[in-house]
Amino acid sequence: MGDDPGLMTVLLAMFAGAIRVSTPFLFVSLGEMLTEKSGRINLGLEGTLVFGAMSGYAISYHTGSPWLGVLVAGFCGSLFGALHGFLCKLPKVNDIAIGIALMLFGTGLAFFFGKPYIQPSAPRLPSISFGSWSDHPGIRQALEINPLFLLGIALAVFLWWALRNTRFGLIIRTTGDSAPAALALGIDVNRVRLLSTMAGGFFAGIGGSFLSLYYPGSWTEGLSSGQGLMAVALVIFARWNPIYCFWAALLFGAAGALGPALQSIGVSRGYHFFNAAPYILTLLIMIASTSPRRSLKGAPGELSITK
Amino acid sequence: MSVAQVLETEKRAIGVETIGMTKIFGNLKALDDVSIRVKPGTFHALLGENGAGKSTLVKCMMGFYQPTRGEMLVNDRAGSVPNPRAAHALGIGMVYQHFTLVPSLTAAENLVIARADTPTVIDWGKERKALKAFLETTPFKVPLDVPVSGLSAGEKQKLEILKQLYLDQRFLILDEPTSVLTPDEADEVLGLLRAMTEAGELTILMITHKFREVTAYADDVTVLRRGRVVGAGRVQDLSVADMSRMMIGETEIRESATRVEQPLKKLKLELAGLFADDDEELPAIEAISLKIHSGEILGIAGVSGNGQSELIEVLSGQRLLKHGRIFIDKQPYEPQRDQMDRFKVFGFSEEPLRNVAVPRMSVAENMAFRTFDKAPISPFRGWLSPMPMRRRAKELITAYRVKTPSTEEPIENLSGGNVQRAILARELSGDVDVLIVANPCFGLDFASVAEIRAQIMEQRNKGAAILLVSEDLDEILELADKVAVMSEGRISYQSAMAETDRATIGHAMAGHH
Repeated sequence: MGDDPGLMTVLLAMFAGAIRVSTPFLFVSLGEMLTEKSGRINLGLEGTLVFGAMSGYAISYHTGSPWLGVLVAGFCGSLFGALHGFLCKLPKVNDIAIGIALMLFGTGLAFFFGKPYIQPSAPRLPSISFGSWSDHPGIRQALEINPLFLLGIALAVFLWWALRNTRFGLIIRTTGDSAPAALALGIDVNRVRLLSTMAGGFFAGIGGSFLSLYYPGSWTEGLSSGQGLMAVALVIFARWNPIYCFWAALLFGAAGALGPALQSIGVSRGYHFFNAAPYILTLLIMIASTSPRRSLKGAPGELSITK
Repeated sequence: MSVAQVLETEKRAIGVETIGMTKIFGNLKALDDVSIRVKPGTFHALLGENGAGKSTLVKCMMGFYQPTRGEMLVNDRAGSVPNPRAAHALGIGMVYQHFTLVPSLTAAENLVIARADTPTVIDWGKERKALKAFLETTPFKVPLDVPVSGLSAGEKQKLEILKQLYLDQRFLILDEPTSVLTPDEADEVLGLLRAMTEAGELTILMITHKFREVTAYADDVTVLRRGRVVGAGRVQDLSVADMSRMMIGETEIRESATRVEQPLKKLKLELAGLFADDDEELPAIEAISLKIHSGEILGIAGVSGNGQSELIEVLSGQRLLKHGRIFIDKQPYEPQRDQMDRFKVFGFSEEPLRNVAVPRMSVAENMAFRTFDKAPISPFRGWLSPMPMRRRAKELITAYRVKTPSTEEPIENLSGGNVQRAILARELSGDVDVLIVANPCFGLDFASVAEIRAQIMEQRNKGAAILLVSEDLDEILELADKVAVMSEGRISYQSAMAETDRATIGHAMAGHH
């Protein structure tokens, strides 16, 4: 340690950034994963994320309780999910088109209601210090971890377990892989997808509240910058596995932290280029993980993109 | 074990009877006063052509449809089945023609989720023990921990049957259960089921059109035609000729064209070491080398999913060829429109609406796919003239007896046999040098089947080199001069038809398992 303090600083900043920036990615991708496991794609999660950020911030501002804000953001998210699930069960409705419509609707609605909350400052979520053992201020700062991050890890592990070991898990996988098989088992396919989309929306809403209530920590209209959409790519990259979703979210988080980390050691050339790292990463991942000559491995059979 | 217990555990088969079952869809009478009686512990075959009402009957029995009139007795008591769940509660289960297993779930997961009382949190240790104990009581063996997508067709079919037994369904309806199995697998599955009916554990109602399976395994048979029962009885009292007469009725069947000896055989189509990948980028066909002479039909037999569809896709330009070359008349051939035209390569396949026709385009347009960019339909480049197209379509419709209201009817509104005839007209009306055919008679009625097979034979006699891929072994035995068997993407067996027989081909289809 100490050979190259610049590199160490960058790596430490990226590590800290990965933990901070990855949390919304993690929640949105887990939500998207769950929805896709049931056989639908919800591209509206970007809108859900932004609306969750706005509503969480607003509730925290009015009640003084950021945790209540998180909860309300989740419920708003599941309302969006319910709308998506309801519209998609109508005949001849395409889930991707509905998702794009809801993405625009969610962001538009958030901007509309969010105007009064751009200026005022709302109470933020607290963090837990895991770094008191270290004298290094950088490490101490990196280990200021938000409880939502830990909750996200727990959620990923729980989903991974539940998809294998619970009746609901098997029902969701059945519905997502073969609707005819699900019907033959007497499963109400639309209901399962509605509930999965609602749960997915709940997670995405929580991810949104993290943005406004912890990092970056205020409500602005440019808050999400496409994280909800990148989560779709992330789920494909993670092969619909909740544990892989966690690692992929960390990777995206680290990429997102690259620009600020380099700036912190004074590398300001190409700042905007490094800030674009998550988008470039998304593009590279999509190129690497898809091919015209094969179908996506591990994809739920009912997804409209794999059919 | 006491006698009562034996009765309870062994003689669990149940009997089902329908009385005057009638089902009317709009102005179509799909079922007309159908009464059949399936006695407990018997193996009952339900014979009939496509569209004879077999599926409608069993769907009424399973509660998918409500009969317009008529009732059902289960063990001589009136049983009402408003939905499939009610049928399951009465102990009636069905194995569908298409698998209803969930591909990404393992066999164990598929079984446990099928149960009505799956626990909220599944204790896999306990479940696995219970499943093992259950498997001991049945003759079927299936690996429990492999995702279903990794099982062979035979294993999937066994798992479907196991699923019904696991749910304690003691009256099983099987819809063409052997259509995806090799002859050996079919014999194994049906033999085991037969043994279970003999032991009184199970009653079977099997939809089929294979006489061989009826005579070998069924006790009783009921024959349906156009929604009515046209014959029934004990299988041992009926000959195959009797049954086929009941099935077809008075419909006139075209005589199969006779095979004309071809004196001069010239090498026409040569496939040299073809390799291609499937959609998962795994090898789908490997080292396929075949030679077909003019005036010769080479039949490729095999159970579906052994690379036949990928081979057809490669030959018709729908799939990338990884290695290997195709030669026609010793010249390299690539399946592109101009070369198909130059070498006179044609073809057709099963489910034409999905594979070789555009369902919502008109009959005339579909018939012009080979000629629309040439005079007279296209008098000059990029210009389409509808009159010659319609005129040509009219000629073809008459010549090939396609039943359609007009040339402008969307082709999807025609019946299956007529769609196939329209495609045949498109592909066979000119000079044909090479013909590539895949399962041409799949799902068609007897009259259309005979017609299409006669057309294929006619092309052979006129000197075309024909590659016929078929999952129907009888079709290959009837038409082919040479036979090759595809198994796991390779040609596992090749022979002149005169030097082989059904059993040898059947064993080769099973591959090296």
